[in-house]
Amino acid sequence: MMGALLETLDVHKQFGGLVAVSAFSIRVESGEIVGLIGPNGAGKTTSFNLITGVYKPTRGRVLFDGRDITRLALHDITRLGIARTFQNIRLFKDMSVLENVLVAQHMRMGTNLFEATLRLPSYLRKEKHIHEQARALLAEVGLDALEGDKATSLPYGKQRRLEIARALATEPKLLFLDEPAAGMNPQESAELMDFILKIRDQFQLTIVLIEHHMQVVMGICKRMYVLDYGVTIAHGTPEEIQKDPKVIEAYLGAP
Amino acid sequence: MGMTNIKSVSRNTWLTLCASLAGIILLFVIEENFDRFTMQIFKLCAINVILALSLNLINGFTGLFSLGHAGFMGIGAYTCALLAMTPAQKEANFILQPIVPWLLDVHLPFLPALLASGLVAGLLGWLLGVVAMRLRDDYLAIATLGFSEIIRVVLTNAQPITNGSLGLKGLPRYTTMWWAWGSAIVVTVFLVLLIKSSYGRAFKSIRDNEIASEAMGINVFGMKVLSFAISSFLAGIAGGLLAHYLTTIDPKQFFFLKTFDILLIVVLGGVGSITGSIIAAIAVTASMELLRFLDGPLNFGFMVTSGTPGLRMVFFSALLMIVVIFRQQGLMGTSEFSWDALARIGLLPRRKRSHRSNGKTGKERVE
Repeated sequence: MMGALLETLDVHKQFGGLVAVSAFSIRVESGEIVGLIGPNGAGKTTSFNLITGVYKPTRGRVLFDGRDITRLALHDITRLGIARTFQNIRLFKDMSVLENVLVAQHMRMGTNLFEATLRLPSYLRKEKHIHEQARALLAEVGLDALEGDKATSLPYGKQRRLEIARALATEPKLLFLDEPAAGMNPQESAELMDFILKIRDQFQLTIVLIEHHMQVVMGICKRMYVLDYGVTIAHGTPEEIQKDPKVIEAYLGAP
Repeated sequence: MGMTNIKSVSRNTWLTLCASLAGIILLFVIEENFDRFTMQIFKLCAINVILALSLNLINGFTGLFSLGHAGFMGIGAYTCALLAMTPAQKEANFILQPIVPWLLDVHLPFLPALLASGLVAGLLGWLLGVVAMRLRDDYLAIATLGFSEIIRVVLTNAQPITNGSLGLKGLPRYTTMWWAWGSAIVVTVFLVLLIKSSYGRAFKSIRDNEIASEAMGINVFGMKVLSFAISSFLAGIAGGLLAHYLTTIDPKQFFFLKTFDILLIVVLGGVGSITGSIIAAIAVTASMELLRFLDGPLNFGFMVTSGTPGLRMVFFSALLMIVVIFRQQGLMGTSEFSWDALARIGLLPRRKRSHRSNGKTGKERVE
């Protein structure tokens, strides 16, 4: 059982009387793209929040890279190498496109207040370096020409790409994408699939994604987990999932 | 692109240098020519600039609704006064109960006393921050407001240290025009550098979206405490300057309403704008004096009212209401002064348009 990059062991989350997620156990190997699907309200985003530290599980453990991260704070988990995007886009609205990416680099910059306010040469070097990196990342997602624009002035699809660029700026090993194709047309979804495969190879990422566009999920995920009412009802390759009677029932209702 | 950037930076640097020189000459001219009353108002402007900037750091840039400023000012004022007064002055003040012996013989020059007042206020701000930054929004406002009142009550009752409600009188008049404006300029430069640094971006990201900020690896709690401590430090400095400007302090001056005077300035100037806070601080402080005639009897030609003390404040209340209804972002919103912005609205000659890859106006700077 060694070697998994991410492993959740019997994770439960209860909000008052509501069990949002129960017995959630997944394994993600390094370099994989894993899908997490399920009908609305199945607990997919809650599972993301439990792994990335937004919520703490009621029970169970989360292991990342062989470390127990269950009780760690969100920013410490990010430091270890887990980054994410959000289903309802959460950009820094009054900041520019470039600044949005620069914020994500603060953590790895290793500066201190003294050096930063006095603009010591060591700080200026770091600042120059992260500017170059941020511009390179923006070029990667095709937003380099818009770096001075306000983040929220971008059209929806570009805001999603900016969220991905920002997540990449934290230099993650594992990237969680929460509905990256939401609101995209088939053409854009196809581009997004290529893009996800490209960044996976380029940045040596492992990716877990929540998605409703079956075309996208089936297209790029080798394995997937299906949630319904917080319970993992199926797990397997796209072909296995498509034939699974429980999955069909969850999506279409019992025959 | 590199070429134009270098050119525009050198032009802006020149303009900044000239403006600084003009500013210093202006300060000399004012110092030489204005009468004592006008100078007092002019100094008060500088103190209010520091107060508005420090409150804007926490409320505007970090997005935390804090109402504890009066308390931190009070801490700063008392610390500075007690450290800078001579033992003889202290003995003359403490008539009800003698001052505690360890404090009696402490006597520091103004600068160390002023820095100490900032440090004591900053330390208390840090301590309060560690506790209160677990709250947000209205709850944080209530907690900080309460803390400010606790400080005032302690100042009133710690007779052997603060002389209680009798206050401290006859402080040396250290806050000259140079001290007041010198401090205001240092604080402004410090805040501009801070806000434009990586820390400033982290503060603003917390204001814009706390969860995303945390998910991007920012230690949100630590950053909030840091911002709060810096803000308290600056409020303490302003308090110290205020003490040696007024030469008389008592706990009633640091009633929580004082916080709202500063908040008025911040909101009018623009929550999240350094430029806005500076302009509003000067404008509000000056109009407080200019509108003093409103408190006296008013002659409308057909009738003469008897004096109504406090009518001035009605004017500011009305102004605040107008701003909140018609221009919520205040004077400047979140924008800042820049030479390029002046050029854009035509107050400076425009530079020749150059071959910029993206056609953006000179927003970028060489960092």
